[in-house]
Amino acid sequence: MTKVEAVIQNSKLDAVKTALQEIGVEGMTVLEVRGHGRQKGHTEVYRGREYSVDLIPKTKLEMVLPDAIVEKAVQAILVSARTGKIGDGKIFLTRVDEAIRIRNEERGEGAL
Amino acid sequence: MGKRLIPSFILVFFLFLLTPSLLPQTAAGAPDPNTRLARLEQQAADAKSSADNAWMLASSALVLMMTGPGLALFYGGLVRKKNVLGTMMQSFALMAVVTVLWGLFSFSLSFGSGNSFIGGLQHLFLRGVGAAPDADYAATIPLQTFMVYQLMFAIITPALIAGAFAERMKFSAMMAFTVLWSILIYDPMAHMVWGKGGLLNAALGGRFPTLDFAGGTVVHITSGVSALVCALYLGKRLGYPKQAMPPHSVVLSFIGACLLWVGWFGFNAGSALNAGSLATSAFVATHFAAAAAAIGWAAAEWLRNGKPSTLGAISGAVAGLVAITPASGFVTPMPALLIGLIAGLFCYWMVARVKAIFGYDDSLDAFGVHGAGGTLGALLTGVFATSAVNPIFKDAAGKTLPSGLLEGNAHQMMNQVVGVAISWALAIVGSLAILKVIDMTIGLRVSEAEETQGLDLSQHGEEGYYWETPA
Repeated sequence: MTKVEAVIQNSKLDAVKTALQEIGVEGMTVLEVRGHGRQKGHTEVYRGREYSVDLIPKTKLEMVLPDAIVEKAVQAILVSARTGKIGDGKIFLTRVDEAIRIRNEERGEGAL
Repeated sequence: MGKRLIPSFILVFFLFLLTPSLLPQTAAGAPDPNTRLARLEQQAADAKSSADNAWMLASSALVLMMTGPGLALFYGGLVRKKNVLGTMMQSFALMAVVTVLWGLFSFSLSFGSGNSFIGGLQHLFLRGVGAAPDADYAATIPLQTFMVYQLMFAIITPALIAGAFAERMKFSAMMAFTVLWSILIYDPMAHMVWGKGGLLNAALGGRFPTLDFAGGTVVHITSGVSALVCALYLGKRLGYPKQAMPPHSVVLSFIGACLLWVGWFGFNAGSALNAGSLATSAFVATHFAAAAAAIGWAAAEWLRNGKPSTLGAISGAVAGLVAITPASGFVTPMPALLIGLIAGLFCYWMVARVKAIFGYDDSLDAFGVHGAGGTLGALLTGVFATSAVNPIFKDAAGKTLPSGLLEGNAHQMMNQVVGVAISWALAIVGSLAILKVIDMTIGLRVSEAEETQGLDLSQHGEEGYYWETPA
């Protein structure tokens, strides 16, 4: 089992969700986050005072998937989330030790 | 026979009703022309009184709306989220506290007869303040209407000061400060400019008649300058100026500013104290100044920052409204546009440049907009006032004299300067004294931990928004 974490542009959320659903991913968690890599922020001015905003709003998706479909999911995200500009985001993969369904205590890949 | 009985009855009944008209007509009981004339004149006076009173009650409501929710929203949106309730509470608490003071003795101190500086206690507990007008103030409305109208001014004036010590003043200290400020600074100032025998009263023969139609000196200069004193005395907010503290909701400020603009019609046009053409003139001047000032500030930002901001436009409108306050009942529409434009540009400069240069933390620009704008407006009133709008100065024979500089009365500028100077002096000395007393007793500022936590939680045990809590 692999955890797929993807930080993407806010405007790409719908496209990525649709692409993942099309390849059979049934569960995910979506978070509203702020952060930056190399992307510069912007400046706001209130009554003459400048505020530089360098933490940029992004969307983070988290999902734990059976190893068999991880690469398909990664490809789906890459294709649907890319704009070609700095700020597109990143995908991280980590190994998951166990997954347990709360409703009936089912464990392993069957719980995903 | 039975079928014709009822129609016959009805016919006879109607004939019976018509018989009086067959009798000879007499003109018995018609009143003579003089009585009728007297009655008509009374009715006309009553109608005028009704119209004036209706307008003045509506104006009173408009001015109260300026504090709540106008100012509460305007200021509330400008502070950080953790201080939104604390800021609004400051305005709201004054709506309650100043009302009580006013009713007990502050109205008497402001508008009773006393000396040049303060009134007497003849209206203690509002004795003598009833349905009968006081012709010195407003001959066609009950004195009680006049009292409640002036109350709304007394409420909003100290509320403006809160802009300077936003986000760091203890609620208890703020209440103590406001009570003392209202009695020791507002009441004397109101008396001097508007009260019988007041030193600066232009309408009632004061020694230095200051033209101040709706409160440029009484409201804006006193509160704005006191605000600067408070900002300097209390010191800067933790983290100012390095830490970013942008407004948490320009949306709230926008709504507040619009309520202020509309409410200001009560503030300025209501200061005519009747529903006649002077009220109209003040209404129009007020509106035009707000419009020109909004454009001025927005244009300045557009040139300097490349974009006109919403906050800038609404701040500009408020600056224009502040500046036109003393002038509203004395100037024509074109000068009102000019006054507004100058105020928009001047206050923008005060807020965006001067504040940064001197480094004081006047958090919500109470001094930059009200203190500076009020001073500018009071001086420009001396320039543009014309007797064509308001023949306030008359010679011994009753002939109208010129009002302002452009009309030929250069001396009036001196009087305006005196009025402005007295406002500044009273505000500075009075505020410093009050701040010192409170600082030595209960303390003024919240602790660092409380300031970081925010006023809403530390002073009021509340949070303004509970949006993230799950159901």
